[in-house]
Amino acid sequence: MKVAVQVTCINDAMFPDTGEAVFTLLRRLGVAADFPAAQTCCAQPMVNTGYLDEAVPVVRNFVDAFAGYDAIVTPSGSCAGSVRHQHAMVARRSGDGRLAAAVARTSPKVYELTEFLVDVLGVTDVGAYFPHRVTYHPTCHSLRMLGVGDRPLRLLRAVRGIDLVELPAADECCGFGGTFAVKNAETSTAMGADKARHVLDTGAEVLVAGDNSCLLHIGGLLSRQRTGVRVMHLAEVLARTEDA
Amino acid sequence: MSGTFVGMPAFPAAAREALSDAQLRRNLAHATSTIRAKRAAVVGEVDEWEELRLAGAAIKDNVLHHLDEHLLRLEQSLTERGATVHWARDAAEACEIVASIARRHDADEVVKVKSMATQEIGLNEALAAHGITAWETDLAELIVQLGDDLPSHILVPAIHRNRAEIREIFRERMAAAGRPAPENLSDVPRELAAAARLHLREKFLRAKVAVSGANFAIAETGTLVVVESEGNGRMCLTLPEVLVSVVGIEKILPAWSDLDVFLQLLPRSSTGERMNPYTSMWSGGTEGQEAHVVLLDNGRTRALADEVGRQALRCIRCSACLNVCPVYERTGGHAYGSVYPGPIGAILNPLLRGVGVDEQTDSLPYASSLCGACFEVCPVRIDIPEVLVHLRSQVVDAHRAGPPKGEAVAMKSAAWVLSGARRLSWAERGMGVAGRVLNRLGRKVMPGGRRALGRLPWPGSLWSNARDVPAPPAESFRARWRREGRR
Repeated sequence: MKVAVQVTCINDAMFPDTGEAVFTLLRRLGVAADFPAAQTCCAQPMVNTGYLDEAVPVVRNFVDAFAGYDAIVTPSGSCAGSVRHQHAMVARRSGDGRLAAAVARTSPKVYELTEFLVDVLGVTDVGAYFPHRVTYHPTCHSLRMLGVGDRPLRLLRAVRGIDLVELPAADECCGFGGTFAVKNAETSTAMGADKARHVLDTGAEVLVAGDNSCLLHIGGLLSRQRTGVRVMHLAEVLARTEDA
Repeated sequence: MSGTFVGMPAFPAAAREALSDAQLRRNLAHATSTIRAKRAAVVGEVDEWEELRLAGAAIKDNVLHHLDEHLLRLEQSLTERGATVHWARDAAEACEIVASIARRHDADEVVKVKSMATQEIGLNEALAAHGITAWETDLAELIVQLGDDLPSHILVPAIHRNRAEIREIFRERMAAAGRPAPENLSDVPRELAAAARLHLREKFLRAKVAVSGANFAIAETGTLVVVESEGNGRMCLTLPEVLVSVVGIEKILPAWSDLDVFLQLLPRSSTGERMNPYTSMWSGGTEGQEAHVVLLDNGRTRALADEVGRQALRCIRCSACLNVCPVYERTGGHAYGSVYPGPIGAILNPLLRGVGVDEQTDSLPYASSLCGACFEVCPVRIDIPEVLVHLRSQVVDAHRAGPPKGEAVAMKSAAWVLSGARRLSWAERGMGVAGRVLNRLGRKVMPGGRRALGRLPWPGSLWSNARDVPAPPAESFRARWRREGRR
């Protein structure tokens, strides 16, 4: 099976350690994955803000970059959701039949990281070690757009040394929402403040989620409030072992 | 009523005001979380809930696909049962029809059953211009009307008020509208309800004309259905000599048997009850009663013409999407500038009014984080996030001809950078250089050891006013990958 990792643009530019963690983890599980260097972005920022014409060349770049792979693994529920639910819409809008066909070929091969680990590789114990008090925020797009269910929690429960505590009102949105965070900044912050309060209530040292964009928002609030709670992508937790 | 939604600011500005009202946020958080839990419990009891949702959506879709046929069938059935059918293209026509009926009966007042359609067309204000006073008889509507306030929720229009505030409104305003509030009225809910009951009773007994909406209109039998909790609706529907019902053209159900599905979906989704206390059905007038039905378009055919957006016309006004929406919970309904607030309002208003018309309407599709909780609870499976994104694209397209806004420039530039890996790589190198500089300047260290940037100038301030921003890494993932020669 030829596997590619869609590192995602935000991870590439802001959180390279997450991309690194995905490769570390896959290598440990015996998967030699590629980083197709032609990849950029899934086009979600344009699509969700209403700029569908602008999204067309970005989607075209996506299908070109990942053509020829059997599976495309992404450490982002939001980007996976965007590919599965929005690329067809963008292609339809472009009126380009070849693009539509390429999208139809590529989209079904995209897996959110936990889907790939649990469904394709069939593992829940990835051999990780992380001796910390952790709480998990299921991001909206993972939860509702993809329906990843309890896959992330099954993976986390199998981590050695972990003290996993439940997050109150876990399935409520953190208020990030892409450009919503700046177009409706006050509302976004109000939502995020409640999420941060719930995180603090758990007494966790680390907040884990499968999307760095949501963590950028919640983590930014937690840091501004000097709470001492750090945020980490799920892939980075799963990549940790007793050696590293 | 002096309150009006006309001229409301765009959502972000209206939301800011609501967010700064701590009492409002407490009232809303309490009310929505209570009803959310009730809904979840009673929906959880129904094993075939998903099948019911699918059936509800299918029945409504059928109606929308053959709306012309169903409407003619409904008109015929209603006429056969003695009702007079009127057709209204817009709010002004509908209001004029109701006013002329009231005038013909020399009525200077009408009693009203809570109705979203009459709210939508501003009937009370239009009647007032004709010298006719419209009395709201639903408890929450009464609170809104007496308080010169605006509704903020589809089902519970006074959800933004707590009982202490309601007591003050009753004490100060009831006397001017009829029977005054009792002396020493407390804020115990039972006492407040009793005061409202006494105040309203004289209005039910006096009024010659009543105005209602309808939850459903059954084409096959010419039956209108009103579902309610308090019994005030039943009083209005049966006591007065003349009954005028204003009904949106999307309210049709083809057959009597279709009602079965919706009488299961609606109460559980809206009030969190297995069944609502009062369900009134009438085909033509009750004995000796003159019955009129105003079939209202007011933008519905515009919405119907929108391939993606038309699913919003399935809406049965249950308000489950409001109660579960994290944006609504914090901003309240007034911020949406319409009688239809919350997620459904964010799509229904632009669909009914059209985009590119005013800034307020154009701001509504963006009043959502696209978390998808609304779609999850919608009893007729309206994919609200999908429609929101679709409408956002319409808003963007409506402004393409004009001078480009900062946002459009930013999006076009981002798309240009992101449509080729080489361009993205240059941009990241620039960020890396900036990051190395900022890393030295940034004093604050975030938990986990990463440096944070200080507060950014506008538009970055929209982010950094409340949230720390990690400094960009010195090297992007792709640069590291290339440098290490992994490929």
